[in-house]
Amino acid sequence: MQQLWLIPALPFAGFLINGIFGRRFSKAAVNAIAIGSVLLSFVWALEAVLSLGDAPIFEHYFDWIVAGGFRVGCDFTVDRLTAVMLLVVTGVGSLIHIYSIGYMAHEGGYYRFFAYLNLFMFFMLTLVLAANYLLLFVGWEGVGLCSYLLIGFWFHKKSATNAGNKAFIVNRIGDFGFSLAMLMIVVQFGSLDFATVFPAAAGKPESVLTSIAMLLLVGACGKSAQFPLYVWLPDAMEGPTPVSALIHAATMVTAGVYMVARSFPIYLHAPTALTWVAYIGLFTAVFAATIGLAQNDIKKVFAYSTVSQLGYMFLGVGSGAFSSGIYHLMTHAFFKALLFLGAGSVIHALSGEQDMRLMGGLRKKIPVTFWTLMFAAIAISGIPPFAGFFSKDAILLAAYHRAPWMYWIGTITAGMTAFYVFRAMFLTFFGEYRGHEHPHESPPAMTVPLAALALLSLVGGFIRIPAWLESFFPAAAEAPEEFSLVAISVAAGVIGIFAAYVMYVAKPALADSVASRAGAFYRLVYNKYFVDEIYDAVVVKPVVDISRVVLWRGVDAGLIDGAVNGIGTQSQGIGGLLKLLQSGNIRSYATWVVFGSVILVVALSLIGATR
Amino acid sequence: MSGVPLAWYLILSAVLFSLGIAGFLFRKSVITIFMSIELMLNAVNLSFVAFSYQLKQVNGHIFTFFVMVVAAAEAAVGLAIILTVFKNRSTLNVDEMNSMKD
Repeated sequence: MQQLWLIPALPFAGFLINGIFGRRFSKAAVNAIAIGSVLLSFVWALEAVLSLGDAPIFEHYFDWIVAGGFRVGCDFTVDRLTAVMLLVVTGVGSLIHIYSIGYMAHEGGYYRFFAYLNLFMFFMLTLVLAANYLLLFVGWEGVGLCSYLLIGFWFHKKSATNAGNKAFIVNRIGDFGFSLAMLMIVVQFGSLDFATVFPAAAGKPESVLTSIAMLLLVGACGKSAQFPLYVWLPDAMEGPTPVSALIHAATMVTAGVYMVARSFPIYLHAPTALTWVAYIGLFTAVFAATIGLAQNDIKKVFAYSTVSQLGYMFLGVGSGAFSSGIYHLMTHAFFKALLFLGAGSVIHALSGEQDMRLMGGLRKKIPVTFWTLMFAAIAISGIPPFAGFFSKDAILLAAYHRAPWMYWIGTITAGMTAFYVFRAMFLTFFGEYRGHEHPHESPPAMTVPLAALALLSLVGGFIRIPAWLESFFPAAAEAPEEFSLVAISVAAGVIGIFAAYVMYVAKPALADSVASRAGAFYRLVYNKYFVDEIYDAVVVKPVVDISRVVLWRGVDAGLIDGAVNGIGTQSQGIGGLLKLLQSGNIRSYATWVVFGSVILVVALSLIGATR
Repeated sequence: MSGVPLAWYLILSAVLFSLGIAGFLFRKSVITIFMSIELMLNAVNLSFVAFSYQLKQVNGHIFTFFVMVVAAAEAAVGLAIILTVFKNRSTLNVDEMNSMKD
């Protein structure tokens, strides 16, 4: 037995100890427990991965649900896909935990933060290690819970608690789809175990599999912030930056991609659903990229970038190249976590300023942050030999193989990606400093993880995930390498960088003139296409109004209270009538006695007569 | 030998009973009400005896004894109550005994 249960159990122990006793511990003790548990988990995961042979490791712990012929066990499994996810989650997670020591050093609720982070690691690892859909769903829901707790970490800020609520509720909508899919799977396959469902997928009718696949896609859209359920992710930037890096860049939002990749047998036999995965991914990628062009808050730019890059992962998976989607998941974890942590470093240097219009000229003042962020920016723009180039090209080639127009839109989006990331870089680090703070470099606890992630962004592409996963996704056809396509996508990235340079460094006035000339389009994009306002008017307000008027006043106060109070009033009425009998007047009592006895005699005589 | 027909006894019993009820309902004095109750009981006694003579059975006689015993006991208790009430209120008017009225 590999004792796989230790991998999630160690962070859970950290959560319990820090959560219950952390208030009394010193910061060093809290750090040791939190980071130690995650590092140990990483080591254990590494050991499990290294001992992985050809067959997956499977461990059964106990039977959770036994109902007739339906069984769900608490089972963990490690195969090649799990191995990638495990190392990304624990590895990047450890780096972010270390970073948090520096970032959260002056914050209140220090132990609570690390307790929640550990709890998140527990749930994420359960999700990744699960060998059946129900256990995956436990992890799925759990990371949603931790996302809510961590987004609303500064709970005295109304905007933060609202954002936490929004994240949880929008996630729930996706979870509804996921639950329906699980129910359908139980009905069709009689089991939720991956080992039972996937081999039997070939024999089911395509319509059934398409329904299941589309419902799973709804769940994935909720968790991985795809259109139309992406609205929670930009608001989730209310949380502390390490949270944004860990949960909303590297790990939780990738759960949807992981789940779709894991369910690849179902998707391969439901091509319509797979096409929808690609379409939604592509649309989201373009949509979010356009919004990212105009944002002024540095974290919002990266949030929309995350939504866009997740769209790329969905595009890759939806084009049938599942391993390229997972490849991009890994490289994205490296450079997106780095982007967020670097942004956090900038924010920390400026004592909380997040608006890029009040930044500038920081590259001499915080050089380590500058250089590590530069590595991330080059990686996300898809410039070789950095990591993003390999994974993004794998996806774009697969998209071309599926339909050339998807490749072209994807390439234009890559250009936009490069543009907005470098816009952020130039606005932050070049030019003159436009703010009023005193920027200072971050402590080593923050800069060392930045450096580690920068290194991974540089060389991470050489970890050949598609080859590693080749034995796992057997039916996927990898697209042939075509040099011209690769060159065009790299050129798009370079053009994006150059355009950003021209507009924000060489001729700064150009940016404002373009914005004013584009007028309506600029306003549309700056206001995120008013999607939040549309949702508010179409969905939120009617639900709230119906709840208030129909359900609260109508049913609860009117019907139910009316029924219960009505019984009371009726009792009072009957009592009032009966009270008239007791008049205190002896003569009326006498009359009633006579009256009653007459009736009695008549009744008895009638009964006697009929007998 | 012509006896008194049964019907006449029964009619007499009915008339006495009605008079008793009328007195029970319409008289003011408590003692008169009690006397009316005794009258009702005796009317029923008469009816019992008449039937027992008619049917040549002794059941009616026996039952009459029971009724008389009950009447005596009831009279004793009732008069004790009347005495106590009179001591407290100095009136025998049944309409003035209405302290249970709200």
